[in-house]
Amino acid sequence: MKKITISLTVNGEPRQVLAEPREQLVDLLRRELMLTGTHVGCEHGVCGACTVEIDGAPARSCISHAGSCDGASVRTIEGFGEDAVMADLREAFSHEHALQCGYCTPGMLVVARDVVLRLPEADEARVREEMAGNLCRCTGYRGIVRAVLRVLAARRLHA
Amino acid sequence: MKPASFSYVRPNSWPEALKLVAAGARPGAGTQSLGPLLNLRLAQPDTIADLRHLPDYAGVAVEGGVVRIGAGTTHAAIEDGAVPGRVGEIMAGVARGIAYRPVRNRGTIGGSLAHADPAADWVAVLPALGGAAVALGPRGERRIASAGFVKGIFETELAADELLRAVEVPVLPAEARWGHWKFCRKVGEFSKATACFLALPGKAPRAVLAALDWPPLVIEDASMLAKDPVAEAARIVTAFPELGAWRRALAETALRRAVERAGGA
Ligand SMILES: Cc1cc2nc3c(=O)[nH]c(=O)nc-3n(C[C@H](O)[C@H](O)[C@H](O)COP(=O)(O)OP(=O)(O)OC[C@H]3O[C@@H](n4cnc5c(N)ncnc54)[C@H](O)[C@@H]3O)c2cc1C
Ligand code: FES
Ligand code: FES
Repeated sequence: MKKITISLTVNGEPRQVLAEPREQLVDLLRRELMLTGTHVGCEHGVCGACTVEIDGAPARSCISHAGSCDGASVRTIEGFGEDAVMADLREAFSHEHALQCGYCTPGMLVVARDVVLRLPEADEARVREEMAGNLCRCTGYRGIVRAVLRVLAARRLHA
Repeated sequence: MKPASFSYVRPNSWPEALKLVAAGARPGAGTQSLGPLLNLRLAQPDTIADLRHLPDYAGVAVEGGVVRIGAGTTHAAIEDGAVPGRVGEIMAGVARGIAYRPVRNRGTIGGSLAHADPAADWVAVLPALGGAAVALGPRGERRIASAGFVKGIFETELAADELLRAVEVPVLPAEARWGHWKFCRKVGEFSKATACFLALPGKAPRAVLAALDWPPLVIEDASMLAKDPVAEAARIVTAFPELGAWRRALAETALRRAVERAGGA
């Protein structure tokens, strides 16, 4: 199959990639751009490991077609180095033992950041609901939920 | 797994999209259902026509008591209040229960309805709200009542050369009473049984029973269900004789809870 050119912004930098039309965004990120921080679990939208930001909103990169991201702006876990909310979340995840093997963590963090910014009043039940689309085989979720609540509480205090 | 090879086209106008579809291209919307089908190779289209960049694909307009919702409007937009008024409030609550936010950010109301998964949320809810699906074909637009749009499992009234252009729902009065119950064991899962109940002032209430591996059952006059939910729910469920005891219990309970949530009779 003839390759197609996909132009997109990845982590703030304009990129042009030659890809197979059948590729999903995650293939383009991991294979063509070597951004392997985005993980692949189920490849059908269920586990959340591949979650990245597309045009500012979290999305599954395993079922977001690469071709349809031509012109889009994508942010992967590697692109959050300077982000203040993500810095707080990283610290909280570490403090609350919210990760073990780390496989789910990039997706967890992208979703957690969206929860913190979109739902500043979220309580534990809401955090659990919002994080339900991200599976973790290691931690049992308690640490993850606590970490998100910790960041939410700190932000409310300083609001 | 990775998808089998296909070619990718991005039509810039509706006539162009219709031509591609007439020539056999598979429309792609949010790809939140199509993506898994491609990855599992359950779908192996030659060509995908990406609808996401069509003009006026997403968006909401209100005119003459009808809310027209572009097929490309995402579940997340509806969750965040894109549809105004009482009907918007109802739809926002439904949208929040579909899958997970990252899926809702891309998945569209039109894609969901066209996909016609019997367990899907809009497939159950739109017939309860009333209104129509707007199909666009070579001869222009036509309206198909939402109550009869899904006619089988993954089967709709859309012709092979048509696209779903929009979904229409009626503007509802503030007093509209709504009850909805979706049974799933985990947040964001597809439903095992869904019931909806809508009561408008001065009209017979309408109910829908769905997600039973069958197209939704629309009960145009659900007055009896409101009066005697236990007996009537048991009677309604006999329309699905092939259900096992567990599923039948879920269906009956969903109906009763939908009525309860709407504030009873
Ligand atoms: C993990 C996960 C959980 C989910 N849970 C739920 C759930 O609980 N409830 C629920 O309702 N849904 C659920 N979904 C499905 C989700 O709602 C999808 O968004 C929706 O079913 C399809 O919408 P889409 O825009 O992604 O369509 P696509 O996947 O792009 O398309 C779906 C089908 O419709 C066709 N199509 C799309 N648009 C049109 C059009 N305008 N005209 C004609 N044909 C068209 C396509 O060719 C394809 O066959 C879930 C999905 C995932 C990945
Ligand atoms: S790999 Fe994308 S959701 Fe599991
Ligand atoms: S830390 Fe191992 S899967 Fe979550």
